[in-house]
Amino acid sequence: MNGAVLNQSRKPQRDWKKLVIHLLLILSVCLIGFPLYYGFVISTQSMEESIQKPQKLLPSGYLLENYKKVWNRIQMGQLLLNSSIVALVVSLGKIAISILSAFAIVYFNFRGKQIAFWMIFVTLMLPVPVRIISTYQVVSYLGWVDTYAGLTIPLIASATATFLFRQFYLTIPDELVDAAKIDGSGPLRFLWSILLPNSGANMAALFVVMFIYGWNQYLWPLMITNSDKMKVVVVGIASTVPVGTQLPEWNLVMAAAMMALIPPVLVVILMQRWFVHGLIESEK
Amino acid sequence: MKKSIFKNRWLPYLLISPQIVIVLVFFFWPSFESLRLSAFKVSPFGDRQIFVGLENFSRLLISAEYHRSVFHSFVFSGGVTFLGLSLSLFIAALANQKIRGLRFYRTAVLWTYGIAPPVSGIIWLFIFHPSYGFLPYLLSMVTTYEFNWLLKGWVAILLVIFAATWAHLGYNVAFFLAGLQTIPKSVMDAAKVDGASGFSLFRWITFPLLSPVTFFLFIMNMVFSFFETFGIIHAVTQGGPGDATTIMVYKTYLDGFVHMRMGLSAAQSVILMAMVISLTVVQFRYTERKVFY
Repeated sequence: MNGAVLNQSRKPQRDWKKLVIHLLLILSVCLIGFPLYYGFVISTQSMEESIQKPQKLLPSGYLLENYKKVWNRIQMGQLLLNSSIVALVVSLGKIAISILSAFAIVYFNFRGKQIAFWMIFVTLMLPVPVRIISTYQVVSYLGWVDTYAGLTIPLIASATATFLFRQFYLTIPDELVDAAKIDGSGPLRFLWSILLPNSGANMAALFVVMFIYGWNQYLWPLMITNSDKMKVVVVGIASTVPVGTQLPEWNLVMAAAMMALIPPVLVVILMQRWFVHGLIESEK
Repeated sequence: MKKSIFKNRWLPYLLISPQIVIVLVFFFWPSFESLRLSAFKVSPFGDRQIFVGLENFSRLLISAEYHRSVFHSFVFSGGVTFLGLSLSLFIAALANQKIRGLRFYRTAVLWTYGIAPPVSGIIWLFIFHPSYGFLPYLLSMVTTYEFNWLLKGWVAILLVIFAATWAHLGYNVAFFLAGLQTIPKSVMDAAKVDGASGFSLFRWITFPLLSPVTFFLFIMNMVFSFFETFGIIHAVTQGGPGDATTIMVYKTYLDGFVHMRMGLSAAQSVILMAMVISLTVVQFRYTERKVFY
């Protein structure tokens, strides 16, 4: 009886609290979404509409026209293709070489293992900007300036991916190795038919994180490419920003920005479960 | 440590070699080259190098321009870190409550992880545009202050801080959410029994228990805003107006690739390298990252 009374008096208060939480969350989501919404709305307007005062914050009818125009102007197809190649080669490359190194580190004893492990670890402390000039010199010495090899291979080493796979292999029971040995299958066979089929979740997780990393590179592609044919989209769209006396075609700038933004954001949304896992696990 | 291992003389070397070759060629060689170059004066076309010892460093030490870039870096990184952490902790705390529509809310925040910093920069550039942008227009209705980033350095810094924070929000929220989920329910229940609720529960229980995550994110945000935001500066403000948004990484690039002062630029790279190494060491020492044997 008493409890029922208590419950009744508490319930409206709890509902009220939940309402506040919902309102605050909706406010945050709107605040975070606003730049994207703004960019999208502008990308559907004519140039006159996009620079009028006050701006209308509603979509207009120029979406297709704007996107087509900017697509042709900066060869968006080529830019998106290059970004996809870079993001795919970098993410898959990082995963592949990290699987192999983690396998060597966990399942073999060899001379120099400790040093190798430390060398991979130290790459965490050498982000692109701090070695940019000399890395550029090394790549031009190899003759890789303005090539896909130059764009991707220097970015492929990955301490975080190596650590993640190492952690994962350490959780695989020793009995499986023993069983494999008794069956007479060698290490590569074990890697291929036991470890890899069980690494799916880790690979998917790393793939999202590394794909975004590759797609969003700016400084390195800016340095290492000089022809329009090799440019990536994040660098390419920066050139659409009007300067000086150029027409203020901000509607086209925003259309270009949307096209550069959508692929990585889609990858994050569609693979959200794996992405959160990959992000958290690889930093542990 | 595994007890069960394979025995093979050359296979482990073969397996680890792709990664080690890349590390040696594109990480160690350039880093040593930067270290070496920092002790030289290099002619603009790179054909002559004169050994000058520590002169590049002493020139930086007395250069007012360099001091300003250090100051701008700290203002920028401090702003990004403070704004990013407070905003994302606020959102994560809300999105950790038991309410309907959680999946929607989380997705509606986490998607920002996909934004490339320069793309974010370009969108914010238009929001801040002195003649057409939405924000100066809004402000012009309440004040006559000229909110023009092309003229006012602090507005330009605000612009790049907003752009960087927006692009990094998903990352921060993901870690705070994961951290919040590791707080045992029993601890929260005990505190509730003791009468804690709402803000006091957050202030005295949740926040202290989250401190390892907060510390980790503090370091990661400093590293991000120091090293990964070059694209925002390059695509949006080009370090301007004047040198108001010339952060250390951007100045290193300007000296090396625009002004062709390779030695001076290499010396700045070495300083940046020392900074990122100390940040990483601090982070590994004070957070419990167990990657070592």
